[in-house]
Amino acid sequence: MSDKLDRLAQQLEGQLGSRISQTICRLGELTIEVAPAQYLAVAHGLRDHPALKFEQLIDLSGIDYSEFTGWQGKRFGVVSQLMSLTHNWRLRIRVFADDEEFPVLPSVTEIWNSANWYEREAFDLFGIHFDGHSDLRRMLTDYGFVGHPFRKDFPIFGYVEMRYDAEQKRVVYQPVTIEPREVTPRIVREEQYGKANSRG
Amino acid sequence: MGRLIVVAEIKNYTINFGPAHPAAHGVLRLVLELDGEVVVRADPHIGLLHRGTEKLCETRTWLQSVPYMDRLDYMSMMCNEHAYCLAIERLLGQDVPLRAQYIRVMMDEVTRILNHLLNVGAQALDIGAMTMVLYTFREREDLMDVYEALTGARMHAAYYRPGGVYRDLPDRMPKYQQNKFKNADDIKVLNKARDGSLLDFIDDFTQRFPGYVDDYETLLTDNRIWKQRTVGIGVVSPERALQLGLTGPMLRGSGVEWDLRKKQPYEVYDQLDFDIPVGTNGDCYDRYLVRIEEMRQSNLIIRQCIEWLRANPGPVITDNHKVAPPSREAMKSNMEELIHHFKLFTEGMHVPAGEAYAAIEHPKGEFGVWAVSDGANKPYRIKLRSPGFAHLSAVNEMMTGHMIADVTAIIGTIDLVLGDTDR
Repeated sequence: MSDKLDRLAQQLEGQLGSRISQTICRLGELTIEVAPAQYLAVAHGLRDHPALKFEQLIDLSGIDYSEFTGWQGKRFGVVSQLMSLTHNWRLRIRVFADDEEFPVLPSVTEIWNSANWYEREAFDLFGIHFDGHSDLRRMLTDYGFVGHPFRKDFPIFGYVEMRYDAEQKRVVYQPVTIEPREVTPRIVREEQYGKANSRG
Repeated sequence: MGRLIVVAEIKNYTINFGPAHPAAHGVLRLVLELDGEVVVRADPHIGLLHRGTEKLCETRTWLQSVPYMDRLDYMSMMCNEHAYCLAIERLLGQDVPLRAQYIRVMMDEVTRILNHLLNVGAQALDIGAMTMVLYTFREREDLMDVYEALTGARMHAAYYRPGGVYRDLPDRMPKYQQNKFKNADDIKVLNKARDGSLLDFIDDFTQRFPGYVDDYETLLTDNRIWKQRTVGIGVVSPERALQLGLTGPMLRGSGVEWDLRKKQPYEVYDQLDFDIPVGTNGDCYDRYLVRIEEMRQSNLIIRQCIEWLRANPGPVITDNHKVAPPSREAMKSNMEELIHHFKLFTEGMHVPAGEAYAAIEHPKGEFGVWAVSDGANKPYRIKLRSPGFAHLSAVNEMMTGHMIADVTAIIGTIDLVLGDTDR
């Protein structure tokens, strides 16, 4: 397995070396990071170069790194999982949006058509805009929804709730009445936690 | 005098299909633009079943999210859990006992049969073959009983755990009891296969099942009406199938030989003997044939697993108590085990920082879980790659140019379950 990853890493280095900012190989998976300006060129190379041949975009997803423990980098990223059926390879490609207020990235729908809905989803849930996408509408949230619910600063209970108003005889929105609660707190332990000599 | 030419002005009109249409397989809303009876554009509106599973996972511990996975594709419950557990195990570097791997594979294949039975039955029902669904649900009933005997739940099993499965296979099957509707003779027939263990019951099922599949084929495969409604409908070429992100039977129906169980084997699939059916035309009929053959192959896999499981007892969950709880007995007699148990169920396991993408060959296609951890007791982000989402995005292309009556055939063939499309 690692043999194969090495070969893939070599091919990437050889074909697209100057355009890739970082290559990470961990847990038997290969991740490359590229700058937004290189994104489309790298995507084209990954799909078309006979030694790479990533024909299929399996998944594309947004991510908000703002609360990641010890995170120094940019806030919004878009991560795609690619697969090559010819070589039986998988690859993850990550690109960060430069602007945190208005994150924009180029769209890869022309290269992999399956990115269409995935980019709509990332736009809907994270507010990442895709330049060149033909139909960037909301996907999963309600018609007329305000905000981007998968951002880390969006509360899990949301801002509004819906109920039937008997007087007005219609469904109305109102501010949420649920009190926020957390059953199990989120904990990141220090590295030595639980080890026998941690007090020494 | 001159001839009068009447020019009728024909406008496209738009109809709304669903979200509460019986052929919409849940809450799919399709906005169809029609030119007469021909579909010009199909615009699916999804999200009516969006529960924010991925965001919910971020607020629960790693273990607490396992039951959420059942509720994604609620027609193939255990397969969803499987991908999620694989992702966690990869992040942890955790091994799974061999017996647990065989149980997982066996239950995955039981789930595959469950899913395909529903799909074949419901698609036939949508296109007008009412009988099919009655037969397929008869067999689903047996497999639901397997689920119930093994996990206590007929649908939402929550059976897989990071590091193994929740418990070993039970030694006996629950039996029907006499009541005012069923006399002793009826009960005897119903309980015929239930005298032995769960494995005996599944074994008995696998012996009967090929005959049942033959029955389905007599009803559909050469049925003139069925062929008229499915042959040449919703054709996808292999190139387009790859571009559109189709996986699973949708991709194999188009003639691409690709199955993660063979190409990127996980668990013990590389030690089992089975074939991958591939279609040629990429239409609804070929995808139906692929699914029928997959059920036969799943049956074979289950038989091999039964044989192995009978011969090889052993642990079904890891003894790493940072990941899996100790036995009740050990917990009540041993201080250290008690602490492990307490920490695991209050704080939960800590997964090392990193990211992993684990994919399995789900009955519908590739189901993947991209898990990102920053070292906490909760996921930082979980992205669920559901096959239904990609398949539904291809619907516009598949439907364009077909008659409105084919819309239901195409929705049936993509094996749509909105729970996994909307997440």
